[in-house]
Amino acid sequence: MSSKIVNAVYDDDDTLLHAVKDIKKAEYRIEEVFTPFPVHGLDHAMGLASTRIAITAFMYGVLGFAVAITMINYIMIVDWPMNIGGKPSFSFMENLPAFVPVIFEMTIFFAAHLMVITFYLRSRLWPFKKAENPMSETTDDKFLMQVALSGDEKKLISLLKNTGAIDVSIHENQDA
Amino acid sequence: MYTFTQRLKIITYVLMGLGLIGLTIGFLNAPSTVAEAQAMVADAHGGHGGDHGDDHTATGHNDYHADDSHAVDYAGDQAGESTHADDHGGAHDEHLLHQLQNKPWAALYVAAFFFFMIALGTLAFYAIQRAAQAGWPILLYRVMEGITAYLVPGSIIIYVFLVLTGLHANHLFVWMDVETVAHDEIIQGKVGYLNVPFFLLRAAIYLIGWNLYRYLSRRLSLAQDNALVGDIRNHKLNFRISAGFLVFFFVTESMMSWDWIMSLDPHWFSTLFGWYVLASMLVTAVTVIALIAIYLKSKGYLPKVNNSHLHDLAKFMFGFSIFWTYLWFSQFMLIWYSNIPEEVTYFLTRIDDYNLPFFGMIAMNFLFPLLILMSSDYKRSNWIIVMAGIVIVLGHYIDIYNMIMPATVGDQWFIGWAEMGGFLFFAGLFMFVVFRAISKAPLEASGDPFVGESERFVY
Repeated sequence: MSSKIVNAVYDDDDTLLHAVKDIKKAEYRIEEVFTPFPVHGLDHAMGLASTRIAITAFMYGVLGFAVAITMINYIMIVDWPMNIGGKPSFSFMENLPAFVPVIFEMTIFFAAHLMVITFYLRSRLWPFKKAENPMSETTDDKFLMQVALSGDEKKLISLLKNTGAIDVSIHENQDA
Repeated sequence: MYTFTQRLKIITYVLMGLGLIGLTIGFLNAPSTVAEAQAMVADAHGGHGGDHGDDHTATGHNDYHADDSHAVDYAGDQAGESTHADDHGGAHDEHLLHQLQNKPWAALYVAAFFFFMIALGTLAFYAIQRAAQAGWPILLYRVMEGITAYLVPGSIIIYVFLVLTGLHANHLFVWMDVETVAHDEIIQGKVGYLNVPFFLLRAAIYLIGWNLYRYLSRRLSLAQDNALVGDIRNHKLNFRISAGFLVFFFVTESMMSWDWIMSLDPHWFSTLFGWYVLASMLVTAVTVIALIAIYLKSKGYLPKVNNSHLHDLAKFMFGFSIFWTYLWFSQFMLIWYSNIPEEVTYFLTRIDDYNLPFFGMIAMNFLFPLLILMSSDYKRSNWIIVMAGIVIVLGHYIDIYNMIMPATVGDQWFIGWAEMGGFLFFAGLFMFVVFRAISKAPLEASGDPFVGESERFVY
């Protein structure tokens, strides 16, 4: 990891996307890109590995499914059998249709909430965390690309300017 | 341009030939007297052994029927009673005869409707893409138009069938029988809607409307290919008639499902039945589009169709499968727990007499596609789409079977000559018409203003 990074600011998502492709082609290392909204195709252009959150979603869904079955079997069959529509109330299987909506909702609930929590943990986000983005405009209408400085400084700056950056600045790399 | 190979043509002829043989045997084997019908049932029971007999004697639903005084008169036709028991009276034997006579007709109807439904579902899917001005499916338009070509022969066959039914060539629709209606107050109340002339008039309106759209849209689609660059009048007009067609279609599709399927059980009604049939229709249609696109691609056609297009079709297969299940379950659960005799008999006959196809289709139409098509990577794999597609198509054939058979043949169902023959005959006819239509026009709708977007389509 180099000690200096170059911050290039863009004001358009299409320009940014093309710039990312050009910088990649010139074999520079892109440390991070900050955008105010998700840019379609950016992860692909940056060469990021595809997300594994779908796999966790499936596992959380299965967990929710299991919890729901255990829960409703205990509540409705074991602990306090209830008569639903005159159907047999002492058998889980014969009452299954009545439990399907609950099982369905619990599956969704577990998958959705645990997925969001996983996403926050994985992205190192928690309450009162200090913002990491180097420029607050990246939450408004600006896009920022951080490129690790390697080789000729001027060459990289002119390349970034050519890709449509409206501002280019060099910083010490704090993480290094 | 696709050429309809001689080999494929021969396959379709063989399918149609085998189908015709099966149907002929099915019709010839139908009993013509009460004695023959009884002999057939006795044979079948002897052959199947103990299990089968147990199934039929376990008639837990008779309690419900006892309350349902209205239904008694046509309960035999409705499959409400177990007709095989020896101590039943002559009326039941008569019903048994009618059920066995209905069987080849009902098998023919299931298969004719199933393949017609694929063409109609594709037409609706195609119109949705047109009206939404969707960019991705342009490269698949010619495949869809090829499938909708089956609409014309399919409509003619269905209409002839309905006319024959109206002329009492068979007894599929109980409400067409004057004698039954005379003793049935519930059906008497519905005579204003359920009468043969109005029934046939409505069917004619639906079929003419759908075929008219299909004809116009196909013509405009082909005309757009030959139009000058920048001239998109054909495209715009196609967009407008597609939007208009969708309004007409969603109303008439619902009414069609009441007329052609729900009225087989004239006491029973379900307010979401139209949606339910529509879901079945759309999922089968999208699956068939995907299967034919994969087939054509494997033969070297459709070079620009990439796996993102297949991914989108597979997403629709997955989504519509879940949508179908949602409607199936909504219909089932409300009727099951409200427990109103007239309504719940519909499901009781299916659970008692059609246990395997009724619950088997849930596995085929829901669990299997849910689990196998969930992964994004699997949706891009041809052989997984083909495998899931075959299961979905067969599953929805069973779905239609479950809609039509219980009301027409009752517990006398089995997959025999007529069922297999009907399926093979219409499968052959469908393939013949579809591939012939696909070979008639270039496989790429090159004049469409969105064709570039479809070529570059990447998910």
